[in-house]
Amino acid sequence: MSNIIDLTLSELVSNIKNKKISSNEATSAYVERSKKSKNLNAYNEEAFDIALKKANDFDSKPDFNKKLPGIPIAVKDLFCTRNIKTTASSKILNNFIPTYESTVTQNLWNEGSILLGKLNCDEFAMGSSNETSYFGNVISPIDKDLVPGGSSGGSASALAAKLTPATIGTDTGGSIRQPASFTGTVGLKPTYGSCSRYGIVAFASSLDQAGPMTRNVKDSALLLEVMSSFDNKDSTSVDFKRPMYSKDLSKDIKGKKIGIPKEYRVEGMSEEIEKLWEDGKKYLKDCGAEIIDISLPHTKFALPTYYIVAPAEASSNLARYDGVKYGFRTVGDNLIDMYEKTRSAGFGDEVKRRIMIGTYVLSSGYYDAYYLKAQKVRRLIKNDFSNTFQKVDAILTPSTPSSAFKIGEKSNDPVSMYLNDIFTVPVNLAGLPGISIPAGLDKKGYPLGLQIIGKSFDEQNILNIAYSMEDKINFKFNLKEWWMNE
Amino acid sequence: MSIDLKTVKHISKLSRISLDDEKAKKLETDLNSIFKWIEQLNELETENIEPLSSIVETKLRLRKDEIKSKNIREEILKNSPDENKDFFVVPKVVE
Repeated sequence: MSNIIDLTLSELVSNIKNKKISSNEATSAYVERSKKSKNLNAYNEEAFDIALKKANDFDSKPDFNKKLPGIPIAVKDLFCTRNIKTTASSKILNNFIPTYESTVTQNLWNEGSILLGKLNCDEFAMGSSNETSYFGNVISPIDKDLVPGGSSGGSASALAAKLTPATIGTDTGGSIRQPASFTGTVGLKPTYGSCSRYGIVAFASSLDQAGPMTRNVKDSALLLEVMSSFDNKDSTSVDFKRPMYSKDLSKDIKGKKIGIPKEYRVEGMSEEIEKLWEDGKKYLKDCGAEIIDISLPHTKFALPTYYIVAPAEASSNLARYDGVKYGFRTVGDNLIDMYEKTRSAGFGDEVKRRIMIGTYVLSSGYYDAYYLKAQKVRRLIKNDFSNTFQKVDAILTPSTPSSAFKIGEKSNDPVSMYLNDIFTVPVNLAGLPGISIPAGLDKKGYPLGLQIIGKSFDEQNILNIAYSMEDKINFKFNLKEWWMNE
Repeated sequence: MSIDLKTVKHISKLSRISLDDEKAKKLETDLNSIFKWIEQLNELETENIEPLSSIVETKLRLRKDEIKSKNIREEILKNSPDENKDFFVVPKVVE
């Protein structure tokens, strides 16, 4: 039999169900490998001892009817986990121990999964390179100089380096799909309202969604099936009959109409990305789908709109970090002085920048010019998609305008960093589901991804399209284990 | 429109984030380049467009006002930055 760590999530599940592998064997294999991979800086908090104990508990009383029986899994450090430190990679939360569990992680444990640890990310999920974390950069297993993408960078790095069989991230403007694209993995952002936001450290509440990050499309379907649920504790959770995504997964996409938006052919896009996109169209045609040219005229306004809406919501959400009830505190001369010093020392530069942008666009005299304007443009962007989805079943785009960049390459220029999310942000603004799948390598040998965008709550459809394409693409990346310590 | 240093300091006050002069100057540069880029939204005519604040445009659900969690006062107070078994402690507010 092949190595445990080389098995996909679905394969590991069947091996455990068939009693060929125990939960202890699986958990030990991932704990061992994670311990040898500290150079990647993927973990914020390790829960290895508890995980091994829980694996033994599972093996002594196994329930093979669960969907993730005794499966170890590491999660982004943005999900609150009861009694396990949760920091959002921020100094201001660096000693915070939640008294409750996020609904999404609870759904994983209810299906038999076991927490391996908490994975590094950009501070409060604000970043596209994992360089804003208080706990330092995450390194990509693809190459030691490369960022893994962000904000779910620790998740992407741990997944690609096989420190966990699958993982979960959150996506506000591309934070699942962009790091998945950079690391040759599969990342899915579900429709807004599919996965509960309860217990996830909030960034921008009208955009945040949790989603699966996996080695292939089948695993993505399985993990989404477990994560997604209607939840009374999230007022924007949507009550609909959730399909059995993994059971209903099919490669029959004959006759599906796939849109190619001309506005995504952005200035300066590399030939490699052009070719990747062309290849994607060819694969879809080979599967019997029909390619249709479409227009999403307001695409270029999506990023500036996002950089008003997201910081505005963030500045409100992050107002709660005042050093009073939990988290880090700096002593001050009086209450206001304490707030100001605590927040100045507790937040990193990117978080401060976004709080300041958000405060400004919501402040008296600027609200109409910026925030209200952005909400109106958001409507136009959403309408672009609704009009298009009258004509097509899904949309195919590149996931990112380039492959992974080097650590430090964009950290001094916020706007150039923001431009990285040009293909992913519109999807969040419209609340739609999107999946990034690995689709090829660039000249340097770094992974590139393609994104499939679907109608609201049509995850099954984009999973099926991704599943068909995955077969044709047959993506291979030869992972050299340069980061491992003996 | 540009954001001057005085405005940066005003926003930092509103944000309850203290800034030294060096950081304020750096932010002045950053914010100006970000807002210059954001200004392109003004190319769009949006007079008669309804603003979109949430993608899920349904009515908020009502539920009974019931206590479901257990009494976890001690656990919650354990996260308090200033150690005290009974209260959250803050600097003196009332003279």
